[in-house]
Amino acid sequence: MGVRQASASAGVRERRAGATFWSDRLFRVVVVACASMLGLLLLLFAYELWKSSLLSMRTFGWQFWVSRDWDPVRERFGALPFIWGTLLSSIAALLIAVPLSLGTAIFIAEVAPRWLRQPVSFVVELLAAIPSVVYGLWGMFVMVPWLRENVQKPLAERFGAIPLFEGPPVGVSMMAAILILSVMIIPYITAVSREVILAVPRSQREASYGLGATKWETIRYVVLRYARVGILGAIILGYGRAVGETMAVTMVIGNRPDLTLSLLQPGYTMASVIANEFTEATSPLYLSALTEIGLLLFVITLFINALARFLVWRVTRGEGRY
Amino acid sequence: MKVSPLHERWRRFKNVAALTLAGVCAVVVMAPVFIILAYLVANGIRSVNLEFLSSLPKPPGEVGGGMANAIVGSFYMVGLGLLISLPIGVGAGVYLAEFGNTRFGYAVRFMADVLNGVPSIVIGISVWALLVVPMRSFSALAGGVALSFIMIPMIARTTEEMVRAVPNSLRMASLSVGATYARTMWSVVLPAARGGIVTGVMLALARAFGEAAPLLFTALGNRFWNFYLDRPMANLPTQIYEYAKSPYQDWHRQAWAAALVLITIVLVLNVVARVSTRERFRALR
Repeated sequence: MGVRQASASAGVRERRAGATFWSDRLFRVVVVACASMLGLLLLLFAYELWKSSLLSMRTFGWQFWVSRDWDPVRERFGALPFIWGTLLSSIAALLIAVPLSLGTAIFIAEVAPRWLRQPVSFVVELLAAIPSVVYGLWGMFVMVPWLRENVQKPLAERFGAIPLFEGPPVGVSMMAAILILSVMIIPYITAVSREVILAVPRSQREASYGLGATKWETIRYVVLRYARVGILGAIILGYGRAVGETMAVTMVIGNRPDLTLSLLQPGYTMASVIANEFTEATSPLYLSALTEIGLLLFVITLFINALARFLVWRVTRGEGRY
Repeated sequence: MKVSPLHERWRRFKNVAALTLAGVCAVVVMAPVFIILAYLVANGIRSVNLEFLSSLPKPPGEVGGGMANAIVGSFYMVGLGLLISLPIGVGAGVYLAEFGNTRFGYAVRFMADVLNGVPSIVIGISVWALLVVPMRSFSALAGGVALSFIMIPMIARTTEEMVRAVPNSLRMASLSVGATYARTMWSVVLPAARGGIVTGVMLALARAFGEAAPLLFTALGNRFWNFYLDRPMANLPTQIYEYAKSPYQDWHRQAWAAALVLITIVLVLNVVARVSTRERFRALR
């Protein structure tokens, strides 16, 4: 690669000259400092969150993660309902988003005529451009009332006995959060999957066609199989988004710290409890408990993103992009 | 081997069905964009008027008023975020492109991507602990800093892509006429990459404009004008959130109007950025 040679040749030049120009050295120090800022930022976040959660950690210990009490008045805090809500909403959102995203990525990369690819990709990327709070506004005033009348009421009447659809259909609910989350993570999964699918070498497809496979058979048994690690990375990346998504979820989920399986009932997530209660938190312990939830959220998304990037890189790097 | 015609037809049918299904997926996925935009226009367009754009919010419950301070506040804090993130982001991007094939380089690239995935609400609390607690006040400064933390990794990764894409012959030509390496970067490579970097910066700005979560406990919001760095400042996203949650009909109307203004800013930035450099960047996803 040309660029590598350039930096290498610059390095050679510096070494030959013995002493480098002071401006070159300054330049290098400045860009290294800027690059180090990225790592320092992560450390800074970790430190600030840790420092602010100490009070809560000392008070509740590991009980914090398994207690279902959330009582600001009596100052008893447990994070279990939020962890549950985050798990339920994000996993259910994945179940909806993954097939749709994969279908769309396949359509863009393999099926659509060339002139259609760019516009479709662009529209899908606009989904990621719409601000979270705008999704929330739309969800609150359009989707939630519609869901209540046309989906939740019939479901509650017919399947109310099943735990999944228990309770009165109130509109703001886990179901609303799941739907809005799935729409919001689709563009991320689609974009990365598309990249990964496009990175599958042409020879693989040609070999498959050469054996007489149809287009779908080629996609199914050759392209998707070749790209599967990267697609898994794309899905995990989307999962990270779902876990951390805040504003839209807060606005449609109903914000009630219950441990319920019912999709019709209000729920709460880790991100939404922080957004909803942080400014109202009056005591140091209350603030500290919310920060500890933030710390957990930070650690979880860190792991998810690290894993996803690792998987995506393994696929796309083989093609010489990085 | 004899191939049965029935099986052959079944394979063809599966082929057509699956490919059609992929097309259906694409249509379903694209639909929300148009639905949401249509609702925003339908519910917001009549409320975006001179009063809305030029006056302060009225006290709770009173009809009328506008969001002039929130619109200005959004630009103010996004601008502040840009001032902080542009030099750091571009510097880090240049490092990654020019010296990034080392172990440290891979680590930095990895951290940029991880940083990009940190939930914005977490950035909000971190900046709260970093600035709001010691300063004992919510402030525009804290809001700008929080937004800059969102933009830095985005700008770094696009800058890297763009600087990498500058042909090597340009660097060679500059070095061979005796320019120092720093001079080459500053006067040849960066100007050549400028178009692409601007595109990336615009996308980062679009994201920053729409973020409410990092501003909730940093800038907080304000019902009045403020231009001081150390006081709370109004902004569009948190104002939309507050108004949507309120019980007042008139505030709901204004929330739609504010959302329409916000989405217009975001879409203009997106469309201009993408039209100006179509396929040149890929790092932002």
